Amino acid sequence: MSIEFDNNLPIYLQIMNHIKRQIVSGLLQPGDKIPSVRELAADLQINPNTIQRTFQELEREEVVETKRGLGRYVTSEESKIMAIKKEMAGELLHQFIHGMQELGFKNQDIVTIVKEAVAAESGKDRKEGHPDGRTSEG
Amino acid sequence: MDALLKVNGVSKKYGKKQVLDGVSFDIGPGRLIGLLGSNGSGKSTLMQIIAGLTPASAGDISVMGRPTGRETKSLISYMPDRPMTESWMKVRDAIAFYNDFYADFDMEKAREMLDFMKLDEKSGVSILSKGMNERLQLTLALSRNVSLYLLDEPIGGVDPVARGKILDAIVRFYREDSSLIISTHLVGDMERIFDEVMFLRDGRIVLHEEVENIRMKHGRSVDDMFKEVFGE
Repeated sequence: MSIEFDNNLPIYLQIMNHIKRQIVSGLLQPGDKIPSVRELAADLQINPNTIQRTFQELEREEVVETKRGLGRYVTSEESKIMAIKKEMAGELLHQFIHGMQELGFKNQDIVTIVKEAVAAESGKDRKEGHPDGRTSEG
Repeated sequence: MDALLKVNGVSKKYGKKQVLDGVSFDIGPGRLIGLLGSNGSGKSTLMQIIAGLTPASAGDISVMGRPTGRETKSLISYMPDRPMTESWMKVRDAIAFYNDFYADFDMEKAREMLDFMKLDEKSGVSILSKGMNERLQLTLALSRNVSLYLLDEPIGGVDPVARGKILDAIVRFYREDSSLIISTHLVGDMERIFDEVMFLRDGRIVLHEEVENIRMKHGRSVDDMFKEVFGE
């Protein structure tokens, strides 16, 4: 695991976000074991107390759970994972909408632009979407 | 929390030059502390005084409640900024020397660290590169089982890749109930392994703060703060 850290922001928040992203993207599956404090600290070259704090916060948010004597595991509650996904999406949307408003777009315009952009993206996907050699002929 | 190290009003004069001026701070157990300052700010002198190698002109220091002196030498492991090994030694000899000298030396840990550091026991100490030598010095210092480790500029002379290896080793091999004070002027490279930092300028502590607090309260890195305080 490697993270590009921004030293201007609290490190524990960055690691929390990183782990949450791994969970919602499926890199870490529900019920997966997560590394120990020492392992992760050494891998990331981060202060172990910072990692400890990260894990405590994730536990408080019920994203991970500790099984006594066994270690820490990703929650197996799908609803919790869905909630993280929504939370992260909310942050992205918030940033995006603010950015667009700063550029002077009205809410109605933003909706239109997003619709068009999504349509364009999925069109691109369809064109590039068959890398397995199938072609239209034949 | 009981302090592991108490430094109280420590001053040091060399002739007319005031190197340290009323330095006071406490350090709890299980902490990684950065002692940050530009060259000549008094970092090495402070470390030597804590290690009991140089007397202070004023003030007192205690480790685990005991005043520094002969008694506290068994509680402190000090890695100087210049190697303490002799040029005739092979890596193996340096390890054996430490093992003979310190009753608290952990041979098994030393072997594990040598392996991790990719140091060959048969290499001569004098032919080691600067980076490899620093790895050896760190191995020697961290293989003792003590309460307080003092590392003076452990990444001073090495390239960025080797720095990563040394940081990795510090985090991997330090004892959880002990504390480490690490002096450096390479703040950006090291700030993420610290719990707290102290800025030493002209012999005084001008800032002593938890690093995550600096990021949270001021929204900036320790490196930024350092550059501001030291006016680079």
